[in-house]
Amino acid sequence: MASATIIEPSAVLTLPQPLVLDGGQQLEEVRIAYEAYGTLSPAKDNAILVTHALTGDQYLASPHPITGKPGWWSRMVGPGKPIDTDKFHVICANVIGSCMGSTGPASLAPDGAPYAMRFPVITIRDMVRGHVALLDALGIESLHAVVGGSMGGMQALSLAANFPERARAVMVIASTARHSAQNIAFHEVGRQAIMADPAWRDGDYYEHGKGPEKGLSVARMAAHITYLSEAGLTDKFGRRLQDRAEKTFGFDADFQVESYLRYQGLSFTGRFDANSYLYITRAMDYFDLAEEHGGLLAHAFARTKARFCLVSFDTDWLYPTAESRNVVHALNAAGLPVSFVELSAPFGHDSFLLDVPALDRVVEGFLG
Amino acid sequence: MTATLRPDLAIIAANVADGARVLDVGCGDGTLLAALRDQKGCDARGMEIDPANVGACVARGLSVIQGDADRDLAFYPDQSVDYAILSQTLQTTMRPDKVLEELLRIGRHAFVSFPNFAHWRVRLSLLWGGRMPVTRLLPVAWYETPNIHHLTVDDFRALVDERGIKVEDAWFLSGDTRCSPAAANLRAEHAVFLLSR
Repeated sequence: MASATIIEPSAVLTLPQPLVLDGGQQLEEVRIAYEAYGTLSPAKDNAILVTHALTGDQYLASPHPITGKPGWWSRMVGPGKPIDTDKFHVICANVIGSCMGSTGPASLAPDGAPYAMRFPVITIRDMVRGHVALLDALGIESLHAVVGGSMGGMQALSLAANFPERARAVMVIASTARHSAQNIAFHEVGRQAIMADPAWRDGDYYEHGKGPEKGLSVARMAAHITYLSEAGLTDKFGRRLQDRAEKTFGFDADFQVESYLRYQGLSFTGRFDANSYLYITRAMDYFDLAEEHGGLLAHAFARTKARFCLVSFDTDWLYPTAESRNVVHALNAAGLPVSFVELSAPFGHDSFLLDVPALDRVVEGFLG
Repeated sequence: MTATLRPDLAIIAANVADGARVLDVGCGDGTLLAALRDQKGCDARGMEIDPANVGACVARGLSVIQGDADRDLAFYPDQSVDYAILSQTLQTTMRPDKVLEELLRIGRHAFVSFPNFAHWRVRLSLLWGGRMPVTRLLPVAWYETPNIHHLTVDDFRALVDERGIKVEDAWFLSGDTRCSPAAANLRAEHAVFLLSR
Protein backbone atom coordinates (compact mmCIF):
# COMPACT_ATOMS: atom_id res chain seq x y z
CA MET A 1 0.00 0.00 0.00
CA ALA A 2 2.19 2.78 -1.29
CA SER A 3 -0.26 5.62 -1.13
CA ALA A 4 -2.42 6.83 1.71
CA THR A 5 -5.40 4.97 0.30
CA ILE A 6 -8.51 5.49 2.35
CA ILE A 7 -10.52 2.32 2.78
CA GLU A 8 -14.12 2.79 3.76
CA PRO A 9 -15.11 0.19 6.31
CA SER A 10 -18.70 -0.29 7.40
CA ALA A 11 -18.40 2.29 10.17
CA VAL A 12 -15.92 4.90 11.34
CA LEU A 13 -16.13 6.81 14.59
CA THR A 14 -14.29 10.10 14.92
CA LEU A 15 -13.47 10.56 18.59
CA PRO A 16 -14.97 13.76 20.03
CA GLN A 17 -11.98 14.25 22.33
CA PRO A 18 -8.24 14.13 21.58
CA LEU A 19 -6.62 10.82 22.56
CA VAL A 20 -3.95 11.40 25.22
CA LEU A 21 -1.13 8.91 24.70
CA ASP A 22 1.37 7.14 26.97
CA GLY A 23 4.20 8.95 25.15
CA GLY A 24 2.88 12.29 26.40
CA GLN A 25 1.52 13.48 23.07
CA GLN A 26 -2.07 13.58 21.96
CA LEU A 27 -3.82 12.75 18.73
CA GLU A 28 -6.61 14.96 17.40
CA GLU A 29 -9.67 13.77 15.50
CA VAL A 30 -8.82 10.12 15.90
CA ARG A 31 -10.80 7.82 13.61
CA ILE A 32 -11.66 4.30 14.73
CA ALA A 33 -12.85 1.96 11.98
CA TYR A 34 -14.85 -1.04 13.15
CA GLU A 35 -17.09 -3.87 12.11
CA ALA A 36 -19.95 -5.26 14.18
CA TYR A 37 -21.92 -8.48 13.92
CA GLY A 38 -25.07 -9.69 15.68
CA THR A 39 -27.58 -7.54 17.54
CA LEU A 40 -26.86 -5.46 20.62
CA SER A 41 -29.40 -6.27 23.34
CA PRO A 42 -31.59 -3.42 24.67
CA ALA A 43 -29.63 -3.58 27.95
CA LYS A 44 -26.39 -3.41 25.92
CA ASP A 45 -25.00 -6.29 27.96
CA ASN A 46 -24.21 -8.88 25.28
CA ALA A 47 -21.27 -7.20 23.55
CA ILE A 48 -18.00 -9.01 22.90
CA LEU A 49 -14.97 -7.04 21.75
CA VAL A 50 -12.53 -9.06 19.67
CA THR A 51 -9.10 -7.45 19.50
CA HIS A 52 -6.90 -8.16 16.49
CA ALA A 53 -3.27 -9.15 16.04
CA LEU A 54 -0.33 -7.16 14.61
CA THR A 55 -1.33 -7.31 10.96
CA GLY A 56 -4.99 -8.09 11.59
CA ASP A 57 -7.87 -5.71 11.10
CA GLN A 58 -11.55 -5.20 11.83
CA TYR A 59 -12.63 -7.66 9.13
CA LEU A 60 -13.18 -10.36 11.69
CA ALA A 61 -16.01 -12.24 10.02
CA SER A 62 -16.62 -10.33 6.81
CA PRO A 63 -14.56 -10.32 3.60
CA HIS A 64 -11.39 -8.25 3.48
CA PRO A 65 -11.92 -5.36 1.02
CA ILE A 66 -8.44 -5.66 -0.53
CA THR A 67 -7.78 -9.39 -0.61
CA GLY A 68 -11.40 -10.48 -0.90
CA LYS A 69 -10.61 -13.31 1.54
CA PRO A 70 -13.07 -14.29 4.29
CA GLY A 71 -12.71 -12.52 7.64
CA TRP A 72 -9.63 -13.59 9.58
CA TRP A 73 -11.65 -15.39 12.28
CA SER A 74 -14.73 -16.31 10.29
CA ARG A 75 -14.25 -19.90 11.38
CA MET A 76 -14.75 -18.76 15.01
CA VAL A 77 -17.26 -15.90 14.72
CA GLY A 78 -20.73 -16.16 13.19
CA PRO A 79 -24.22 -17.57 13.71
CA GLY A 80 -23.97 -20.81 15.71
CA LYS A 81 -20.17 -20.59 15.86
CA PRO A 82 -18.11 -20.56 19.10
CA ILE A 83 -18.42 -16.76 19.28
CA ASP A 84 -22.09 -16.91 18.40
CA THR A 85 -23.45 -13.81 16.68
CA ASP A 86 -26.99 -15.11 17.28
CA LYS A 87 -26.33 -14.50 21.00
CA PHE A 88 -23.67 -11.82 21.08
CA HIS A 89 -23.04 -8.44 19.52
CA VAL A 90 -19.45 -8.84 18.34
CA ILE A 91 -17.31 -5.76 17.68
CA CYS A 92 -13.86 -5.62 16.12
CA ALA A 93 -12.04 -2.30 15.72
CA ASN A 94 -8.90 -1.57 13.75
CA VAL A 95 -6.22 -0.47 16.24
CA ILE A 96 -4.86 3.05 16.05
CA GLY A 97 -1.52 3.05 14.26
CA SER A 98 -2.85 0.54 11.73
CA CYS A 99 -3.90 1.21 8.16
CA MET A 100 -7.39 -0.14 7.60
CA GLY A 101 -9.36 3.00 8.35
CA SER A 102 -8.28 3.88 11.87
CA THR A 103 -5.87 6.77 12.37
CA GLY A 104 -2.29 5.74 11.71
CA PRO A 105 0.91 7.00 10.09
CA ALA A 106 -0.67 6.87 6.62
CA SER A 107 -3.54 9.12 7.76
CA LEU A 108 -3.55 12.82 7.02
CA ALA A 109 -2.36 15.02 9.86
CA PRO A 110 -4.17 18.32 10.56
CA ASP A 111 -1.78 20.02 8.11
CA GLY A 112 -3.17 17.92 5.26
CA ALA A 113 -0.07 15.77 4.70
CA PRO A 114 0.29 12.15 5.88
CA TYR A 115 1.67 11.83 9.40
CA ALA A 116 4.37 9.37 8.29
CA MET A 117 7.07 9.39 11.01
CA ARG A 118 5.48 12.42 12.65
CA PHE A 119 2.90 9.98 14.01
CA PRO A 120 3.51 9.60 17.76
CA VAL A 121 4.84 6.30 19.09
CA ILE A 122 1.86 4.50 20.58
CA THR A 123 1.45 1.66 23.08
CA ILE A 124 -0.89 -1.28 23.50
CA ARG A 125 -2.65 0.76 26.20
CA ASP A 126 -3.15 3.60 23.70
CA MET A 127 -4.83 1.14 21.33
CA VAL A 128 -7.08 0.08 24.20
CA ARG A 129 -7.89 3.74 24.95
CA GLY A 130 -9.15 3.94 21.39
CA HIS A 131 -11.33 0.84 21.89
CA VAL A 132 -12.75 2.21 25.14
CA ALA A 133 -13.58 5.52 23.45
CA LEU A 134 -15.46 3.49 20.83
CA LEU A 135 -17.35 1.57 23.55
CA ASP A 136 -18.25 4.91 25.15
CA ALA A 137 -19.63 6.16 21.86
CA LEU A 138 -21.65 2.97 21.42
CA GLY A 139 -23.02 3.26 24.96
CA ILE A 140 -21.51 -0.08 26.04
CA GLU A 141 -20.45 0.23 29.67
CA SER A 142 -19.46 -3.37 30.28
CA LEU A 143 -18.51 -6.06 27.79
CA HIS A 144 -19.71 -9.62 28.18
CA ALA A 145 -16.13 -10.43 27.17
CA VAL A 146 -13.01 -9.17 25.48
CA VAL A 147 -11.29 -11.85 23.40
CA GLY A 148 -7.94 -11.62 21.65
CA GLY A 149 -5.12 -13.72 20.26
CA SER A 150 -1.46 -12.67 20.06
CA MET A 151 -1.35 -8.84 20.13
CA GLY A 152 -5.12 -9.04 20.60
CA GLY A 153 -4.45 -10.88 23.86
CA MET A 154 -2.17 -8.06 24.99
CA GLN A 155 -5.01 -5.61 24.39
CA ALA A 156 -7.42 -7.85 26.31
CA LEU A 157 -5.02 -7.97 29.28
CA SER A 158 -4.42 -4.23 29.09
CA LEU A 159 -8.15 -3.52 29.02
CA ALA A 160 -8.69 -5.72 32.09
CA ALA A 161 -5.85 -4.00 33.94
CA ASN A 162 -6.52 -0.39 32.99
CA PHE A 163 -10.30 -0.32 32.52
CA PRO A 164 -11.31 -3.03 35.00
CA GLU A 165 -15.01 -2.20 34.96
CA ARG A 166 -15.30 -2.55 31.19
CA ALA A 167 -15.13 -6.35 30.79
CA ARG A 168 -16.77 -9.18 32.77
CA ALA A 169 -14.71 -11.88 31.08
CA VAL A 170 -11.29 -11.82 29.45
CA MET A 171 -9.99 -14.43 27.01
CA VAL A 172 -6.31 -14.35 26.06
CA ILE A 173 -5.05 -16.79 23.40
CA ALA A 174 -1.42 -17.42 22.44
CA SER A 175 -0.26 -14.20 24.05
CA THR A 176 1.95 -12.72 26.74
CA ALA A 177 2.03 -10.00 29.39
CA ARG A 178 5.36 -8.71 28.13
CA HIS A 179 7.53 -8.87 25.04
CA SER A 180 10.65 -10.96 25.58
CA ALA A 181 14.12 -10.11 24.29
CA GLN A 182 13.59 -12.66 21.52
CA ASN A 183 10.26 -11.09 20.55
CA ILE A 184 11.87 -7.64 20.41
CA ALA A 185 14.80 -9.03 18.43
CA PHE A 186 12.60 -10.46 15.67
CA HIS A 187 10.65 -7.22 15.45
CA GLU A 188 13.86 -5.24 15.16
CA VAL A 189 14.93 -7.38 12.20
CA GLY A 190 11.66 -6.49 10.51
CA ARG A 191 11.95 -2.79 11.22
CA GLN A 192 15.54 -2.65 10.01
CA ALA A 193 14.54 -4.42 6.80
CA ILE A 194 11.94 -1.72 6.14
CA MET A 195 14.22 1.17 7.05
CA ALA A 196 17.11 -0.26 4.97
CA ASP A 197 14.95 -0.13 1.85
CA PRO A 198 15.82 3.13 -0.01
CA ALA A 199 12.15 3.45 -0.97
CA TRP A 200 11.31 3.97 2.71
CA ARG A 201 12.68 7.55 2.45
CA ASP A 202 12.58 8.10 6.23
CA GLY A 203 8.91 7.25 6.09
CA ASP A 204 7.93 9.88 3.51
CA TYR A 205 7.08 7.50 0.68
CA TYR A 206 3.36 8.19 0.36
CA GLU A 207 3.68 10.89 -2.31
CA HIS A 208 6.09 8.77 -4.40
CA GLY A 209 3.57 6.13 -5.29
CA LYS A 210 5.87 3.33 -4.19
CA GLY A 211 6.77 2.36 -0.65
CA PRO A 212 9.47 0.12 0.83
CA GLU A 213 7.83 -3.01 -0.52
CA LYS A 214 11.01 -5.07 -0.54
CA GLY A 215 11.81 -4.16 3.04
CA LEU A 216 8.25 -4.76 4.22
CA SER A 217 8.21 -8.06 2.38
CA VAL A 218 11.41 -9.23 4.12
CA ALA A 219 9.99 -8.09 7.46
CA ARG A 220 6.89 -10.20 6.83
CA MET A 221 8.95 -13.20 5.74
CA ALA A 222 11.02 -13.14 8.94
CA ALA A 223 7.93 -12.66 11.09
CA HIS A 224 6.00 -15.36 9.28
CA ILE A 225 8.61 -17.95 10.29
CA THR A 226 7.97 -17.10 13.92
CA TYR A 227 4.25 -17.80 13.44
CA LEU A 228 4.87 -21.39 12.32
CA SER A 229 6.56 -24.38 13.90
CA GLU A 230 9.58 -26.32 12.76
CA ALA A 231 7.48 -29.48 12.56
CA GLY A 232 4.77 -27.61 10.65
CA LEU A 233 7.27 -26.29 8.10
CA THR A 234 8.77 -29.76 7.69
CA ASP A 235 5.32 -31.30 7.21
CA LYS A 236 4.25 -28.68 4.70
CA PHE A 237 7.44 -28.23 2.68
CA GLY A 238 10.27 -30.45 3.89
CA ARG A 239 13.18 -29.98 1.49
CA ARG A 240 10.94 -30.29 -1.56
CA LEU A 241 11.87 -28.27 -4.62
CA GLN A 242 9.55 -25.74 -6.25
CA ASP A 243 8.38 -26.75 -9.75
CA ARG A 244 11.76 -28.21 -10.69
CA ALA A 245 13.52 -31.55 -10.64
CA GLU A 246 17.00 -30.32 -9.68
CA LYS A 247 18.61 -27.53 -7.72
CA THR A 248 19.56 -24.69 -10.05
CA PHE A 249 22.85 -23.74 -8.38
CA GLY A 250 21.54 -20.21 -8.27
CA PHE A 251 19.46 -18.04 -5.98
CA ASP A 252 16.01 -18.54 -7.36
CA ALA A 253 13.44 -19.92 -4.98
CA ASP A 254 14.56 -23.52 -5.47
CA PHE A 255 12.82 -24.75 -2.34
CA GLN A 256 9.08 -24.71 -1.81
CA VAL A 257 9.54 -23.01 1.55
CA GLU A 258 11.38 -20.12 -0.14
CA SER A 259 8.68 -19.72 -2.73
CA TYR A 260 6.02 -19.79 -0.01
CA LEU A 261 7.76 -17.13 2.09
CA ARG A 262 8.34 -14.87 -0.92
CA TYR A 263 4.65 -15.13 -1.77
CA GLN A 264 3.68 -14.36 1.84
CA GLY A 265 5.98 -11.33 1.87
CA LEU A 266 4.86 -9.98 -1.48
CA SER A 267 1.13 -10.40 -0.91
CA PHE A 268 1.47 -8.68 2.46
CA THR A 269 2.78 -5.47 0.88
CA GLY A 270 -0.45 -5.17 -1.06
CA ARG A 271 -2.51 -4.82 2.09
CA PHE A 272 -0.29 -3.27 4.75
CA ASP A 273 1.44 0.05 5.30
CA ALA A 274 5.17 -0.19 6.13
CA ASN A 275 5.08 2.66 8.63
CA SER A 276 2.13 1.02 10.41
CA TYR A 277 4.30 -2.08 10.71
CA LEU A 278 7.02 0.01 12.40
CA TYR A 279 4.60 1.65 14.84
CA ILE A 280 2.65 -1.45 15.81
CA THR A 281 5.73 -3.63 16.34
CA ARG A 282 7.12 -0.84 18.54
CA ALA A 283 3.93 -0.79 20.60
CA MET A 284 4.24 -4.56 21.13
CA ASP A 285 7.91 -4.28 22.11
CA TYR A 286 7.05 -1.63 24.69
CA PHE A 287 4.37 -3.87 26.21
CA ASP A 288 5.16 -4.97 29.75
CA LEU A 289 2.01 -5.05 31.82
CA ALA A 290 3.85 -5.61 35.12
CA GLU A 291 6.12 -2.61 34.49
CA GLU A 292 3.02 -0.41 34.08
CA HIS A 293 1.80 -1.58 37.49
CA GLY A 294 4.71 -1.21 39.86
CA GLY A 295 6.68 -4.19 38.59
CA LEU A 296 4.34 -6.87 39.91
CA LEU A 297 1.95 -8.46 37.42
CA ALA A 298 -0.57 -9.38 40.12
CA HIS A 299 -0.95 -5.63 40.83
CA ALA A 300 -2.17 -5.12 37.27
CA PHE A 301 -5.21 -7.22 38.13
CA ALA A 302 -5.93 -5.77 41.57
CA ARG A 303 -9.01 -3.83 40.43
CA THR A 304 -10.70 -6.21 37.99
CA LYS A 305 -13.36 -8.74 38.98
CA ALA A 306 -13.46 -10.43 35.58
CA ARG A 307 -13.26 -14.14 34.83
CA PHE A 308 -10.17 -15.03 32.80
CA CYS A 309 -9.32 -17.79 30.40
CA LEU A 310 -5.86 -18.25 28.91
CA VAL A 311 -4.98 -20.65 26.13
CA SER A 312 -1.54 -21.49 24.78
CA PHE A 313 -0.37 -23.94 22.11
CA ASP A 314 2.38 -26.51 22.61
CA THR A 315 4.12 -25.64 19.31
CA ASP A 316 4.01 -21.83 19.77
CA TRP A 317 7.58 -20.69 20.36
CA LEU A 318 6.78 -17.00 19.81
CA TYR A 319 4.62 -16.74 22.95
CA PRO A 320 5.28 -20.09 24.60
CA THR A 321 3.15 -21.65 27.33
CA ALA A 322 5.43 -20.27 30.05
CA GLU A 323 4.24 -16.75 29.15
CA SER A 324 0.59 -17.73 29.64
CA ARG A 325 1.45 -19.51 32.89
CA ASN A 326 3.13 -16.34 34.10
CA VAL A 327 -0.17 -14.49 33.64
CA VAL A 328 -2.15 -17.34 35.22
CA HIS A 329 0.05 -17.28 38.33
CA ALA A 330 -0.46 -13.53 38.67
CA LEU A 331 -4.23 -13.91 38.30
CA ASN A 332 -4.16 -16.67 40.92
CA ALA A 333 -2.20 -14.45 43.24
CA ALA A 334 -4.85 -11.78 42.70
CA GLY A 335 -7.51 -14.35 43.65
CA LEU A 336 -9.35 -14.11 40.33
CA PRO A 337 -11.26 -16.93 38.69
CA VAL A 338 -8.98 -18.16 35.93
CA SER A 339 -8.89 -21.06 33.55
CA PHE A 340 -5.86 -22.10 31.58
CA VAL A 341 -5.17 -24.82 29.06
CA GLU A 342 -2.26 -25.63 26.80
CA LEU A 343 -3.69 -27.14 23.64
CA SER A 344 -1.82 -29.42 21.31
CA ALA A 345 -1.78 -28.19 17.71
CA PRO A 346 0.84 -28.48 14.99
CA PHE A 347 0.65 -24.94 13.58
CA GLY A 348 2.84 -22.97 16.00
CA HIS A 349 1.70 -19.49 16.99
CA ASP A 350 -0.77 -19.37 14.08
CA SER A 351 -2.74 -22.21 15.71
CA PHE A 352 -5.14 -19.65 17.18
CA LEU A 353 -6.30 -18.74 13.67
CA LEU A 354 -6.48 -22.26 12.28
CA ASP A 355 -8.54 -25.40 12.58
CA VAL A 356 -8.10 -26.48 16.22
CA PRO A 357 -11.46 -27.93 17.36
CA ALA A 358 -10.31 -28.05 21.00
CA LEU A 359 -9.94 -24.25 20.91
CA ASP A 360 -13.49 -23.89 19.58
CA ARG A 361 -14.82 -25.89 22.53
CA VAL A 362 -12.89 -23.85 25.08
CA VAL A 363 -13.95 -20.51 23.54
CA GLU A 364 -17.59 -21.54 23.35
CA GLY A 365 -17.56 -22.99 26.87
CA PHE A 366 -15.88 -19.96 28.41
CA LEU A 367 -18.14 -17.40 26.74
CA GLY A 368 -21.24 -19.37 27.79
CA MET B 1 -26.50 -34.47 44.40
CA THR B 2 -24.55 -37.27 46.00
CA ALA B 3 -26.28 -39.99 43.99
CA THR B 4 -24.34 -39.19 40.82
CA LEU B 5 -20.95 -38.75 42.51
CA ARG B 6 -18.28 -41.36 43.15
CA PRO B 7 -18.59 -42.45 46.82
CA ASP B 8 -15.50 -40.58 48.04
CA LEU B 9 -16.59 -37.43 46.18
CA ALA B 10 -20.07 -37.74 47.66
CA ILE B 11 -18.57 -37.73 51.16
CA ILE B 12 -16.49 -34.66 50.34
CA ALA B 13 -19.44 -32.85 48.76
CA ALA B 14 -21.65 -33.62 51.75
CA ASN B 15 -19.11 -32.17 54.17
CA VAL B 16 -18.13 -28.93 52.42
CA ALA B 17 -19.82 -25.88 53.92
CA ASP B 18 -22.26 -23.90 51.75
CA GLY B 19 -20.68 -21.02 49.86
CA ALA B 20 -17.14 -22.15 50.67
CA ARG B 21 -14.12 -21.37 48.52
CA VAL B 22 -12.79 -24.64 47.16
CA LEU B 23 -9.75 -25.71 45.15
CA ASP B 24 -9.96 -29.23 43.70
CA VAL B 25 -6.47 -30.41 42.78
CA GLY B 26 -6.71 -33.09 40.11
CA CYS B 27 -10.34 -32.21 39.42
CA GLY B 28 -10.71 -34.44 36.35
CA ASP B 29 -13.69 -33.43 34.21
CA GLY B 30 -15.00 -31.17 36.98
CA THR B 31 -17.81 -33.42 38.27
CA LEU B 32 -17.22 -32.56 41.93
CA LEU B 33 -16.61 -28.85 41.23
CA ALA B 34 -19.81 -28.55 39.22
CA ALA B 35 -21.76 -30.25 42.01
CA LEU B 36 -20.23 -27.95 44.64
CA ARG B 37 -20.99 -24.88 42.54
CA ASP B 38 -24.52 -25.86 41.59
CA GLN B 39 -25.69 -27.48 44.84
CA LYS B 40 -23.73 -25.62 47.49
CA GLY B 41 -23.04 -22.26 45.89
CA CYS B 42 -19.30 -22.76 46.26
CA ASP B 43 -16.63 -20.61 44.63
CA ALA B 44 -15.17 -23.71 42.99
CA ARG B 45 -11.80 -23.70 41.24
CA GLY B 46 -9.69 -26.56 39.98
CA MET B 47 -6.34 -27.78 38.76
CA GLU B 48 -6.02 -30.65 36.31
CA ILE B 49 -3.09 -32.11 34.40
CA ASP B 50 -4.97 -33.45 31.36
CA PRO B 51 -5.81 -30.78 28.75
CA ALA B 52 -8.89 -32.61 27.46
CA ASN B 53 -10.30 -32.63 31.00
CA VAL B 54 -9.47 -28.93 31.43
CA GLY B 55 -11.35 -28.23 28.20
CA ALA B 56 -14.34 -30.16 29.53
CA CYS B 57 -14.24 -28.13 32.77
CA VAL B 58 -14.06 -24.80 30.94
CA ALA B 59 -16.98 -25.91 28.78
CA ARG B 60 -18.96 -26.41 32.04
CA GLY B 61 -18.15 -22.84 33.01
CA LEU B 62 -15.65 -23.85 35.70
CA SER B 63 -12.39 -22.03 36.43
CA VAL B 64 -9.75 -24.70 36.01
CA ILE B 65 -6.03 -24.39 35.38
CA GLN B 66 -3.98 -26.96 33.56
CA GLY B 67 -1.23 -27.75 36.00
CA ASP B 68 0.70 -30.32 37.95
CA ALA B 69 0.13 -30.79 41.70
CA ASP B 70 3.87 -31.32 42.20
CA ARG B 71 4.87 -28.04 40.53
CA ASP B 72 2.07 -25.55 40.29
CA LEU B 73 0.53 -25.35 43.76
CA ALA B 74 3.35 -23.03 44.78
CA PHE B 75 1.66 -20.16 42.94
CA TYR B 76 -1.48 -20.14 45.10
CA PRO B 77 -1.52 -17.67 47.99
CA ASP B 78 -1.50 -18.89 51.62
CA GLN B 79 -4.91 -19.73 53.13
CA SER B 80 -6.69 -18.55 49.99
CA VAL B 81 -9.43 -21.21 50.03
CA ASP B 82 -11.58 -22.85 52.71
CA TYR B 83 -11.02 -26.37 51.35
CA ALA B 84 -8.24 -27.76 49.20
CA ILE B 85 -9.34 -31.13 47.81
CA LEU B 86 -7.12 -33.92 46.55
CA SER B 87 -9.22 -36.90 45.52
CA GLN B 88 -7.54 -40.08 44.26
CA THR B 89 -4.49 -38.06 43.26
CA LEU B 90 -2.07 -38.25 46.22
CA GLN B 91 -0.67 -41.62 45.11
CA THR B 92 0.10 -40.22 41.63
CA THR B 93 2.28 -37.33 42.79
CA MET B 94 6.09 -37.28 42.87
CA ARG B 95 6.21 -36.05 46.47
CA PRO B 96 2.94 -36.75 48.29
CA ASP B 97 4.29 -35.26 51.53
CA LYS B 98 5.09 -31.93 49.88
CA VAL B 99 1.75 -31.84 48.07
CA LEU B 100 0.02 -32.44 51.41
CA GLU B 101 1.91 -29.52 53.00
CA GLU B 102 0.94 -27.32 50.06
CA LEU B 103 -2.74 -28.24 50.40
CA LEU B 104 -2.71 -27.12 54.03
CA ARG B 105 -0.83 -23.94 53.18
CA ILE B 106 -3.41 -22.98 50.53
CA GLY B 107 -6.53 -24.29 52.30
CA ARG B 108 -7.78 -23.82 55.85
CA HIS B 109 -8.90 -27.45 55.55
CA ALA B 110 -7.91 -30.22 53.17
CA PHE B 111 -9.87 -33.24 51.96
CA VAL B 112 -7.61 -36.08 50.85
CA SER B 113 -8.92 -39.36 49.45
CA PHE B 114 -6.87 -42.32 48.24
CA PRO B 115 -7.12 -46.06 47.56
CA ASN B 116 -5.90 -48.20 50.47
CA PHE B 117 -3.09 -50.52 49.39
CA ALA B 118 -3.50 -52.60 52.55
CA HIS B 119 -7.04 -53.69 51.69
CA TRP B 120 -7.34 -57.46 52.24
CA ARG B 121 -7.92 -58.14 48.55
CA VAL B 122 -4.67 -56.38 47.66
CA ARG B 123 -2.84 -58.24 50.44
CA LEU B 124 -4.17 -61.61 49.25
CA SER B 125 -3.29 -60.87 45.66
CA LEU B 126 0.29 -60.07 46.60
CA LEU B 127 0.58 -62.89 49.15
CA TRP B 128 -0.85 -65.71 47.03
CA GLY B 129 -0.17 -64.46 43.53
CA GLY B 130 3.23 -62.91 44.20
CA ARG B 131 2.40 -60.26 41.62
CA MET B 132 1.57 -56.56 41.94
CA PRO B 133 -2.21 -56.47 42.47
CA VAL B 134 -4.63 -55.54 39.70
CA THR B 135 -8.00 -54.98 41.37
CA ARG B 136 -11.24 -53.09 40.79
CA LEU B 137 -9.79 -49.94 42.33
CA LEU B 138 -6.23 -50.50 41.08
CA PRO B 139 -7.07 -51.70 37.58
CA VAL B 140 -3.82 -50.86 35.81
CA ALA B 141 -0.68 -53.04 35.64
CA TRP B 142 2.41 -51.87 37.54
CA TYR B 143 4.27 -50.69 34.44
CA GLU B 144 1.62 -48.26 33.26
CA THR B 145 -0.20 -47.26 36.42
CA PRO B 146 -0.21 -43.53 37.25
CA ASN B 147 -0.12 -44.61 40.92
CA ILE B 148 3.57 -44.29 41.73
CA HIS B 149 3.31 -43.94 45.50
CA HIS B 150 1.03 -46.64 46.87
CA LEU B 151 0.05 -46.10 50.48
CA THR B 152 -2.09 -47.61 53.18
CA VAL B 153 -4.48 -46.04 55.67
CA ASP B 154 -1.93 -46.60 58.42
CA ASP B 155 0.87 -45.07 56.30
CA PHE B 156 -1.23 -41.96 55.89
CA ARG B 157 -2.11 -41.81 59.58
CA ALA B 158 1.60 -42.05 60.40
CA LEU B 159 2.53 -39.29 57.95
CA VAL B 160 -0.04 -36.77 59.22
CA ASP B 161 0.88 -37.64 62.79
CA GLU B 162 4.58 -37.09 62.11
CA ARG B 163 3.88 -33.74 60.39
CA GLY B 164 1.62 -32.50 63.18
CA ILE B 165 -1.41 -32.36 60.91
CA LYS B 166 -4.78 -32.60 62.63
CA VAL B 167 -7.31 -35.18 61.43
CA GLU B 168 -10.71 -33.48 61.78
CA ASP B 169 -12.64 -36.39 60.39
CA ALA B 170 -12.16 -39.57 58.38
CA TRP B 171 -14.40 -41.88 56.34
CA PHE B 172 -13.58 -45.38 55.18
CA LEU B 173 -15.33 -47.14 52.33
CA SER B 174 -15.58 -50.70 51.13
CA GLY B 175 -17.52 -50.43 47.90
CA ASP B 176 -20.40 -48.10 48.79
CA THR B 177 -20.52 -49.09 52.44
CA ARG B 178 -18.70 -47.53 55.38
CA CYS B 179 -16.33 -49.46 57.58
CA SER B 180 -15.02 -48.64 61.05
CA PRO B 181 -11.78 -46.71 61.62
CA ALA B 182 -10.37 -49.59 63.65
CA ALA B 183 -10.71 -52.09 60.81
CA ALA B 184 -10.01 -49.57 58.06
CA ASN B 185 -6.45 -50.57 57.22
CA LEU B 186 -7.62 -54.11 56.37
CA ARG B 187 -11.19 -53.57 55.19
CA ALA B 188 -11.33 -50.14 53.51
CA GLU B 189 -10.82 -49.87 49.76
CA HIS B 190 -10.97 -46.07 49.98
CA ALA B 191 -10.16 -43.53 52.65
CA VAL B 192 -11.24 -39.90 52.89
CA PHE B 193 -9.55 -37.65 55.43
CA LEU B 194 -10.47 -34.10 56.44
CA LEU B 195 -7.32 -32.37 57.67
CA SER B 196 -6.24 -29.04 59.11
CA ARG B 197 -3.22 -27.47 60.75
